[in-house]
Amino acid sequence: MEILGLFNYWAFAVLLMVGLYALISKQNLVKKIMGLTIFQSAVFLFFITTSKLEGGTAPILQAGKDWTIFSNPLPQVLILTAIVVGISVTALALAVVVRINEEYGTIEDDEILAKDREA
Amino acid sequence: MNLAEHLPALQVALPLLTAPLVILLRAGFLAWFSAFLASLFSFALSVQLTIAVLQGGTLEYWIGGWEPPYGISMVVDGFSALVLLLITGASTLALAGGRLSLRRDIDNRRAPMFYGAWLIAVAGLCGIAVAGDAFNVFVFMEISSLATYILVAAGRDRRALSAVFKYIMIGTIGATFYLIGVGFIYMMTGTLNFADMAVRLEDDMDTRPIVIAAGFITIGLALKAAIFPLHIWLPRAYTYAPDAVTVFMAACSTKVALYILMRFNYEVFHGNLLGHSELFTAFVIPLALTGILVASAIAMFQGNLKKVLAFSSIAQIGYITLAAGLTSEAGLMAALLHMFNHALAKGGLFLCAMAFVFTAGSSALSQLQGIGRRMPWTMAAFVVAAMSLIGVPGTAGFISKWYLIVAVMEWNTWGPALVAAIVISSLMAVVYLGRFIELAYFGEPPAGNAGLLEVSIPLRCLIWATALLNIGFGLFPQLPLALATDGTARLLGGLY
Repeated sequence: MEILGLFNYWAFAVLLMVGLYALISKQNLVKKIMGLTIFQSAVFLFFITTSKLEGGTAPILQAGKDWTIFSNPLPQVLILTAIVVGISVTALALAVVVRINEEYGTIEDDEILAKDREA
Repeated sequence: MNLAEHLPALQVALPLLTAPLVILLRAGFLAWFSAFLASLFSFALSVQLTIAVLQGGTLEYWIGGWEPPYGISMVVDGFSALVLLLITGASTLALAGGRLSLRRDIDNRRAPMFYGAWLIAVAGLCGIAVAGDAFNVFVFMEISSLATYILVAAGRDRRALSAVFKYIMIGTIGATFYLIGVGFIYMMTGTLNFADMAVRLEDDMDTRPIVIAAGFITIGLALKAAIFPLHIWLPRAYTYAPDAVTVFMAACSTKVALYILMRFNYEVFHGNLLGHSELFTAFVIPLALTGILVASAIAMFQGNLKKVLAFSSIAQIGYITLAAGLTSEAGLMAALLHMFNHALAKGGLFLCAMAFVFTAGSSALSQLQGIGRRMPWTMAAFVVAAMSLIGVPGTAGFISKWYLIVAVMEWNTWGPALVAAIVISSLMAVVYLGRFIELAYFGEPPAGNAGLLEVSIPLRCLIWATALLNIGFGLFPQLPLALATDGTARLLGGLY
């Protein structure tokens, strides 16, 4: 079944759009960050999926075992790096939200905009 | 060990390794001084690399001696050398000129952290310019972006924080889009190395994933490069960042995104993807054209000097993308030259703006009335840089506008219409810069601030050095021309 076989790719597309939608439509800055995290996780899923082969195993030679199908380890390594980048971005964004809350007394985007206009 | 062989790696390693050392320092001055020295040495490395490229052609460096595509490679050609010069030059200039301005903007206790972040930004940007594979570009892009967010957030105005939040969101969307594109390419070709990609793509000329990848990468990088209408993060980030940070960012951060955009679209896709040139032209040119006209028009109605210059930057990015979108040799040449010359002019303008803000205390035009009579030296340098931005003959800006107009005329029957747009936008630049110059020379200073008031002599010398560079590269443009010729040849000629 084609659609089920590509289930991970469908999940990638749906998660990507869910994240992007939350990022754009939510007024609350923390919810925006959540959207961003979902958005990034979708890409992680995409990369990992591309590397998986049915019946594939880790590319390690083992005495006595005769594996013939291996999963590609490179996308997983790349995503390890991308996850670190994603966490740094989230941490920095949260730190900025804390500072915004200190300065503006709110973390709603429209209220911040209104206060900026007054100034 | 021959140190010269390792120049490409040192270019990234030097600022990256100095950054944690700077963070460990306690005093503000010492932190500034070590950051300045590191930046100066990076600039010296860039000059060395430029000389090496001009003499011996493209440099390639294999990290740890592993052969690409398995190992990580760094590649420095004329285009990378040009961008490296801009990054390290702008950083050194901004740090040298911005010492007092930064001392006022940044809390002394936090200064070491700030300068550490600055060096990390330099390392990340240099990394993008030398990286030879798509994933390292992503990592360096995020390193430099994260550091730049911190630099912008250090602004004194609280609006810097809301500006930076927007910048983080949009910057991360851009980077993630780029990552998706790289994922699709990896899926189809099994490689991340630019050179290897270009070779292997010939086999899947017009498969759908590659077309989608080209779309994701182009849009993602257009977000980072602030190509109109994806520019919304830029004006506020530039305006509310500390003034010295704006000098640094304006000269190089968007240019680096444009660099990688052009590298990808020309080296990898152009010639390997059926119909890519037509698609790229059809996508980029309308955006560039509206950007040139709309951003210039908006700049005419801003009440804040830094915002005027920020919108002008968006228009100038429009020129660069317009030239790049022509997919011709002359167009690319113009794009590369304009990158260099615009960085010179805009760096000079923002440096003068920093000096004005330092003495007047605000970048609002109403507060800057009559500043020209109070700061005659700085104002005269501002006028020189403004002429370069407009493209008056004898300045650097004229050279690249000339190349741009020639390239556009060669393009096709639409050429004259595009030239008209360029001329109209240049006239608008005369208006928005002239408006400030008029108000600075003839406006009535705010009450009680009428005396002569100049910035320190070293800063004045630095400002004038930048202004003179604008004239110097206008009269003797050999260096940028040589680098642009080499870069263009490699972008168009495929690889090796």
